[in-house]
Amino acid sequence: MSGYDIHLENFEGPLDLLLHLIKKNEMEISDIPIAAITAQYLGILDAMKTLNLDIAGEFLLMAATLLHIKSKMLLPRVIEDETEQEEEDPRAELVRRLLEYQKYKDVSETLEAGPLLGRDLFTRADPEPEVLEEAETGFVAVGLFDLLAALRDVLEEKPEEFVHEVNLEQLSVTDRINAILTELRGKESIAFLDLFSDGIKRSEVIVTFLALLELVKMHMVRFMQNTHYGTIWLFPSVAVDENAELEVGEDNLGYS
Amino acid sequence: MDTHDLVPLVEALIFAADGPLKAERIAEALERPPADIRAAIEALEADYAERPRGFFLQEVAGGYQLRTHPEYADHLRKLGRSRPFRFSRPALESLAIIAYRQPVTRAEIEYLRGVDSGSVLKTLLEKRLVRILGKKDVPGKPMIYGTTKEFLELFGLPDLSSLPTLSEFSELAPDTETEVLMDSLPLLVDGEEEAGGQETE
Repeated sequence: MSGYDIHLENFEGPLDLLLHLIKKNEMEISDIPIAAITAQYLGILDAMKTLNLDIAGEFLLMAATLLHIKSKMLLPRVIEDETEQEEEDPRAELVRRLLEYQKYKDVSETLEAGPLLGRDLFTRADPEPEVLEEAETGFVAVGLFDLLAALRDVLEEKPEEFVHEVNLEQLSVTDRINAILTELRGKESIAFLDLFSDGIKRSEVIVTFLALLELVKMHMVRFMQNTHYGTIWLFPSVAVDENAELEVGEDNLGYS
Repeated sequence: MDTHDLVPLVEALIFAADGPLKAERIAEALERPPADIRAAIEALEADYAERPRGFFLQEVAGGYQLRTHPEYADHLRKLGRSRPFRFSRPALESLAIIAYRQPVTRAEIEYLRGVDSGSVLKTLLEKRLVRILGKKDVPGKPMIYGTTKEFLELFGLPDLSSLPTLSEFSELAPDTETEVLMDSLPLLVDGEEEAGGQETE
């Protein structure tokens, strides 16, 4: 093992480690001496094991890939027909991946070096979010990620109930959809959190959320917020007709 | 109002805006042809370049924003204006891959990096540098990811086409990075990635 004095850096993954070995040994990337690099790579993995370090699966997978390539290189190439295209070098895919990885590694360093907002350059301080909260303009559409984060916040306040309970009178999604639409009638918007009033059960939270997702899917409502992490507002996309009776069957929704 | 008066007016709007302000948006607000607005913006840019100023007009995320000059960063940080963050290498690499290859699936990112990228992706989503664009129409319907407006703002890019060009073939220069001794090895462990991806407050 003393042949290569290992000073391990924090390698990000097997590709990173291989690139390091190639550079260190001044190997030609398009013509990697596969036996030598495999030996070194396995040596490092062994050293890690000796140090009781967990080796992530990716490193083992690469070890297997290297051994596979090595064995393929040892086999004589059978050329049955002269006209047949020569088989691709077994190392070709690995080389492509290494070069590709190197490209993104380089560019990520370039990006990091450039002037970054909040580190190297600054803008005017944003107004306090509280001020914006009540503003009527400047809404942006709420993405799925924000919506799920909002659900998580609500659920966190409603710990899971550990009681075994059989409750047949569960609120259906359809009922909840109609309830939400009724609530929206004559209003411009409802705050997301207002739909989850105190005393609402965890199961009802889920049903309400499913109802909201259905309403968005049917283009009945839109979620908007005026600032990230701000209050999420529910807007009717079309004016809710006073007399409209929503025809939603449980069957259409796919829950029961 | 002639074009001359338009310059300070445009400056006022850009100054007061919460984020990068689009020229079309200014044109709309002032009810002036976009060409006039662009001329005013150019005049502003020239004006800032001419005189010593603490800030400059940067074209970013499709709009214009006043930003302080990078050389004053140290002093501004002392004012507590900074939210100092350091990107972890996994986060940066993943972000670069997403930026250049979008729309891209998690599997594609992982193939390119050779490591699991779930937790890094989650961090990037939480930091709003990356968003879910939709689902790819292949078996399993994997999510596809792309970068956000915040990504452009962070790196000061007018749009995605202004990303630095990828080198087609990069010479593998001898390693210049400082090598760390064996006993400080970590990072190869799962989960380490996530910890590394966090912002330091």
